[in-house]
Amino acid sequence: MMTNPSKIVTQGQFSFLPPLTDEEITKQIKYALDQGWSLGIEYSDDPHPRNTYWEMFGNPMFDMKDPAGILMEVNNARKTFPNYYIRVTAFSAVRGVESVTMSYIVNRPKAEPGFGLTRQETGGRTQRYTIHSYATDKPEGERYK
Amino acid sequence: MASETMKEGKERYKSGVIPYKKMGYWEPDYDIKETDVLAMFRLTPQAGVPADECAAAVAGESSTATWTVVWTDRLTACEMYRAKAYRVDPVPNTGPGTKTEQQYFAYIAYDIDLFESNSIANLTASIIGNVFGMKAVKALRLEDMRIPVAYLKTFQGPATGVVVERERMDKFGRPLLGATTKPKLGLSGRNYGRVVYEALKGGLDFMKDDENINSQSFMHWRDRFLYCTDAVNKASAATGEVKGHYMNVTAGTVEEMIERAEFAKELGSIIIMIDLVIGYSSIQTMAIWARNNDMILHLHRAGNSTYSRQKNHGMAFRVICKWMRMAGVDHIHAGTVVGKLEGDPMMIRGYYDTLLDQQTPIQLEKGIFFEQDWASLNKCMPVASGGIHAGQMHQLLHYLGDDVVLQFGGGTIGHPDGIQAGAVANRTALEVMVQARNEGRDIWNEGPQILQNAAKWCAPLKAGLDTWGSISFNYESTDSPDYVVTPTASS
Repeated sequence: MMTNPSKIVTQGQFSFLPPLTDEEITKQIKYALDQGWSLGIEYSDDPHPRNTYWEMFGNPMFDMKDPAGILMEVNNARKTFPNYYIRVTAFSAVRGVESVTMSYIVNRPKAEPGFGLTRQETGGRTQRYTIHSYATDKPEGERYK
Repeated sequence: MASETMKEGKERYKSGVIPYKKMGYWEPDYDIKETDVLAMFRLTPQAGVPADECAAAVAGESSTATWTVVWTDRLTACEMYRAKAYRVDPVPNTGPGTKTEQQYFAYIAYDIDLFESNSIANLTASIIGNVFGMKAVKALRLEDMRIPVAYLKTFQGPATGVVVERERMDKFGRPLLGATTKPKLGLSGRNYGRVVYEALKGGLDFMKDDENINSQSFMHWRDRFLYCTDAVNKASAATGEVKGHYMNVTAGTVEEMIERAEFAKELGSIIIMIDLVIGYSSIQTMAIWARNNDMILHLHRAGNSTYSRQKNHGMAFRVICKWMRMAGVDHIHAGTVVGKLEGDPMMIRGYYDTLLDQQTPIQLEKGIFFEQDWASLNKCMPVASGGIHAGQMHQLLHYLGDDVVLQFGGGTIGHPDGIQAGAVANRTALEVMVQARNEGRDIWNEGPQILQNAAKWCAPLKAGLDTWGSISFNYESTDSPDYVVTPTASS
């Protein structure tokens, strides 16, 4: 079990809050749509802090403007990958941003084993650090059973 | 071409002293070129010196003039090299019948060929080089500048920029959270790293060296870097998040700073830090190094209040923001509005806009006198630091928005239940407030209640609010905008 105060992976905008309800997720989706952003759903079984490319649950939904429709996709993703990390990501195509503008976790594995820190002693007092995701000791697809 | 006030030919170049106005530095019908550098000064003339002559003197001394006529001007295209004062307006609420002696806003245009490309040092040697000590002006303050696109394009700009910093940090849609390790002085490397570890593990994104933490007898820089690296990596593993510690590489020579920066890179640090007092050229050098080495570059504005705080003399902080965005830093301390340091809300919004905008319109209420096209230069992240706490989260989010690093030093480390609890309080307050804002709630009015509701399930937040909830710093700002809300039609 992770030892940080929340005892979970704290990536994303809302990991310090109680898990978001469907109603709360819908409000955040609506906010993003009101800003003109597009929403995508991504899932992963490797929450390493530098694992940028989670799998896409389909392309970002550029043409979907109905929060209820997007929530339905979120729930489809949860049904398909109930024991994976799933996040909702908002994309802005506005010049000067053209990047991610929101990212929050909406689904987690039941147990989060977290990460180990491997130290390799090198020259002088310098060490090389490797953050190791315990889940990845198992093959893809078998990590959070 | 020349205005009627200017002397021409032989008469102009007769040896002796003639008013600057008559030397060609005052040109009220000047046609501003797109490529001109524009500057606006607040000037307080010496008794008996007319405002336009005073403005012409500033234009003269910040470009080609000296105190007397020189014939060698005639060997040059001197008309082009002369800066032109083209407009002088009385400052509202100054002069007879007010508490302040008469001041004027003077606008001056400089041809782009007066300046070396990619050199803040050269730009500033002209604009603020000599003029501030001239006897003709009692006081002088550089209020704003317009940098033409053609000149901006010669500067690198922020090494990383807000967008890429967020991508590297994997943090979107909320302000970043940081804290400065305290006490400023005296902690050993081992003790210092403890503070860094606790705060990052608790939920902050960044920890920071203070401006005067360099390499003193109580903690040499290599020790600090090594222990802080351990703290950052341990906290990253404990949370699954990318974390950073601003390693202050400020030192006596640029060579020494580069050596420290190289060591920070070797250790895997994502961010280094410098102080404004290292000077403009050193800052540009470090910004180029940072771009070449995938490093975020944090700037502490140490020293700026010496010349930016008083309204009648020195320079406005927004101009420093502008120069620092050009010089290439990724972070700059730009005020909190609600904390312990100087700051009028609209003026601070003006600094933030200067750092973040793609295109800034004229906004007199924010002290912005020129339109500025930023020519796709990266955005520079403002940092809010100094006397802020979780109980102000609704105000901070309201005033400062998402693109800011909120730094709660005392507000994290001074938490009654420890540093981790302090970090939890800040992060929870932030997330709950961002959530509420996105839901369309009126956080300005409901903010305190939103925090109290969250405190019911978050004990560290409750303890934080109980300790600091009522602390505020309500002093009048010394630096505020001077403008007339609705310009009256002059007869």
